[in-house]
Amino acid sequence: MPLLDVDNLRTWFYTRNGVVRAVDGVSFHVEPAETLGIVGESGSGKSVANLSCLGLVPSPPGKIVSGSAMFDGLDLIKAPLPVLRSIRGKRISMIFQDPMTALNPYMTVGKQVMEPLLVHDGMNRADATDRAAQMLESVGLQDAAGPEARMRAYPHQLSGGMRQRVMIAMALVTNPQLLIADEPTTALDVTVQAQILELIKQMQQRLGTAVILITHNLGVIAGTCDRVVVMYAGRFLESAPTRDLFYSPRHPYTRALMDSMPSARMPGEDLYTIPGLPPELTSEIAGCPFAPRCAHANEICRRRPAMLQEVARCHTTACTRVQAGEL
Amino acid sequence: MTRFIVKRLIEIVPVLFIIVTLVFFMIRLAPGGPFDAEKSAPPEVLENLEAYYHLDLPLHRQYLMYLGQLVHGDLGPSFKNSNFSVNELIALGFPVSLELGLYALAIALVIGLASGISASLKPNSARDYVPMSLAMAGICIPNFVLGPLLVLVFALWLGWLPASGWDGPLHKILPALTLGAAYAAYVARLTRGSMLEILSQDFIRTARAKGLSEARVVLRHALRGGIQPVVSFLGPAAAGLLSGSFVIETIFQIPGLGRFFVQAAFNRDYTMILGTVLFYASLILVFNLAVDVIEAFLDPRIREEHRNHA
Amino acid sequence: MPDALQNGEILAQEEPARAEKGTSLWKDAFHRLAKNRLAVGGGIFLAFMVALALATPWLAPYAYDAQDLDLGAAPPSATHWAGTDTLGRDLFTRILYGGRISLMVGFAATGVSLLVGVLYGAIAGYVGGRTDSILMRIVDILYALPFTIFVVILMVFFGRNMMLLFLAIGAVQWLTMARIVRGQVLSLKRADFIDAAVVLGYSRRRIILRHIIPNVLGPVIVYTTLTIPNVMLLEAFLSFLGLGVQAPMSSWGVLIKEGADVMEEYPWLLLFPSLALSATLFALNFLGDGLRDALDPRAAKD
Repeated sequence: MPLLDVDNLRTWFYTRNGVVRAVDGVSFHVEPAETLGIVGESGSGKSVANLSCLGLVPSPPGKIVSGSAMFDGLDLIKAPLPVLRSIRGKRISMIFQDPMTALNPYMTVGKQVMEPLLVHDGMNRADATDRAAQMLESVGLQDAAGPEARMRAYPHQLSGGMRQRVMIAMALVTNPQLLIADEPTTALDVTVQAQILELIKQMQQRLGTAVILITHNLGVIAGTCDRVVVMYAGRFLESAPTRDLFYSPRHPYTRALMDSMPSARMPGEDLYTIPGLPPELTSEIAGCPFAPRCAHANEICRRRPAMLQEVARCHTTACTRVQAGEL
Repeated sequence: MTRFIVKRLIEIVPVLFIIVTLVFFMIRLAPGGPFDAEKSAPPEVLENLEAYYHLDLPLHRQYLMYLGQLVHGDLGPSFKNSNFSVNELIALGFPVSLELGLYALAIALVIGLASGISASLKPNSARDYVPMSLAMAGICIPNFVLGPLLVLVFALWLGWLPASGWDGPLHKILPALTLGAAYAAYVARLTRGSMLEILSQDFIRTARAKGLSEARVVLRHALRGGIQPVVSFLGPAAAGLLSGSFVIETIFQIPGLGRFFVQAAFNRDYTMILGTVLFYASLILVFNLAVDVIEAFLDPRIREEHRNHA
Repeated sequence: MPDALQNGEILAQEEPARAEKGTSLWKDAFHRLAKNRLAVGGGIFLAFMVALALATPWLAPYAYDAQDLDLGAAPPSATHWAGTDTLGRDLFTRILYGGRISLMVGFAATGVSLLVGVLYGAIAGYVGGRTDSILMRIVDILYALPFTIFVVILMVFFGRNMMLLFLAIGAVQWLTMARIVRGQVLSLKRADFIDAAVVLGYSRRRIILRHIIPNVLGPVIVYTTLTIPNVMLLEAFLSFLGLGVQAPMSSWGVLIKEGADVMEEYPWLLLFPSLALSATLFALNFLGDGLRDALDPRAAKD
């Protein structure tokens, strides 16, 4: 029984330049305690898809046009705001990309970590303070002067990596069932990236939280996720268990992505880039969104809408040619 | 933090010194003197008057004598109102101006903050346009227009409130409203602008993602940052408010410090002018310091800066 | 092993390069301003008032000092659109002439503060170092002074001529302009794109003309537009106290004072000049606000 089951989600933005179909028919699910990776370029819609589930998409100009997101028998898309609020921060938590701007500069780190406990669990201040201090320690924030000192620090006094740890502590302090991590390491130094990913994995194992990890970095996916979904122009193009995706990608786009990794090239070879640009999301795309840039595209690809179909065990792809066995 | 405050307090002295010197020489060097009006008096009386006030001494001697008195906190006798010293006059006028200013400040803060915050929550709606247009009116209608207009409507046509004076609570309403209106307008616009900016920042999205109620997000997370420009604005503004607006006190015949000052200026009452200027200047400087301290209190990043530079 | 695409085998069709129309900051700002109806309205109204002021000698139905003592103060009528004052002078004419004075003082005094402020701020910012510290210290001290008081003292003691009025009012406003300009110049000096321009070998002249000045211009324009109403307010305030423009010339401030004195019996003498002043201030403020919103690149969130 999936923890979160999203079906046919469409989130469109009504702007002056037209309707931007940021998420255009996306379905996925997350099982309890599993780590799902959503990988895609900037602008592929991966953040918006997840923000939609929590109702955090700015409402003009964004609008969830269709779809459902079932969480424990409740459709998040149709849920009234007070219900959503009771779920946010308590049963589904989200951490964001830039810890520099995502934390409140005017409040101490301790108060921010404590807040979900006060608001959702109705704890008294003393207990919440203790629990928050414990949490900060578990995410690796040490201070020679003791945990109280860390609690009283302000975000600007901490480094990027430390701030992200605070975000994680804040997200996990209420022991949520699902953690959505939106590009948690993109803004960090490479060395710190590994530490943060390790931390997320540890916390997940300890608390049994399911994790949706959103990133554009294939390397990150390889190290942490159980299953991966590849997103492009607001749609999913392929989904598979991580190993299977890397060893036998079943979509030209996925293959092209892997080819773009510098490590796929020998020293001295030219680097590969996918020619062309992602499509304008303001016009309706007939057929496969990747077709204009795909070396294998044919007339059917350009005309028939691409739907996910299973082509191997637990491995689905939206490429019509792969589905037909031609690739 | 205390080092910062002490440093600022010490810096006030040279500034005041410059002000005293500037104003002292400026007014003495101008044509006309305090006793021009008494032309009808016989010359010996005039001479005695001048001697009594040391006006017959060379200018730099007068200056030094004045400084000497200042150090003792003595602002000298009022040239015009010979029964009073400047200190006494200030002590009489300031509390009145202070009271007027406090009411106006309260009006400005309550109306300004409330409408500004409310407007920022639903931008480009009626809740935004109506109060902001009223605020614009508050800024564009000068208080010396608003005052008489209010008197016209409420005192002369409707007869609900008295047109002038300062005796009972009813007398205080119109002047406080007139004085507070422009400030309320500024506060409202400032608050709306900065709240809008804060509400678009990332950490507000984080707060909402934590499932906090909108009230909590606005009041506990956004407000602290949003209120900053208002605090900065209020510093010099409060000094002006509390020392009484000349115009308001003139229109409503309020015996406050502002009115005394204007009269002193017209009467060439040197000591009174100097005394009031010094008083105002000190107020402004102290208020600026208070505002800086409050700003540091509100924003921990500024606190850090002060600690590093003090 | 992942199935790699060969380098040579390119593409099906290259999608034709999407031509993105480039816009400059100014064109962008102009478009945004044009969409702001309040600002546009303000601008039009302002232009109208300025036109009226310029055309006054030909437009005014009466001479501004033509008295009609038999008539005395009369309410608005067909012959006197805004009524007359206690000496029988046509109020509409006086408002027109008053507008000339008020607007002139507004623009002139703002010009003074603009000149002084920009030069001062640019020098402080550009030269930097000790000169900057000293110059800004002076500004800080002056900032602490109760300026309105100074102006009052100046006007009371040194007489009431127009030159002094311009200077005095301009002197009050230049401080903030200096601060703004200095701030901009400072941040520009440090800006990466200036370093880039230098590294690209651009001449100093080119850098100053095409990179520094356009970036300083924005806040300066906005602040100037917002200074004019403040100046006009200050002038009106001084006139109200009897310190500004002197009879027989009149500015809107003087007219308002005269109206306030007799408002009980002749309310139109207060209402019409107040309306004229307030409407002009509205227009200026809306325009200034619109300019501020339009020129702030961060506001390009659509």
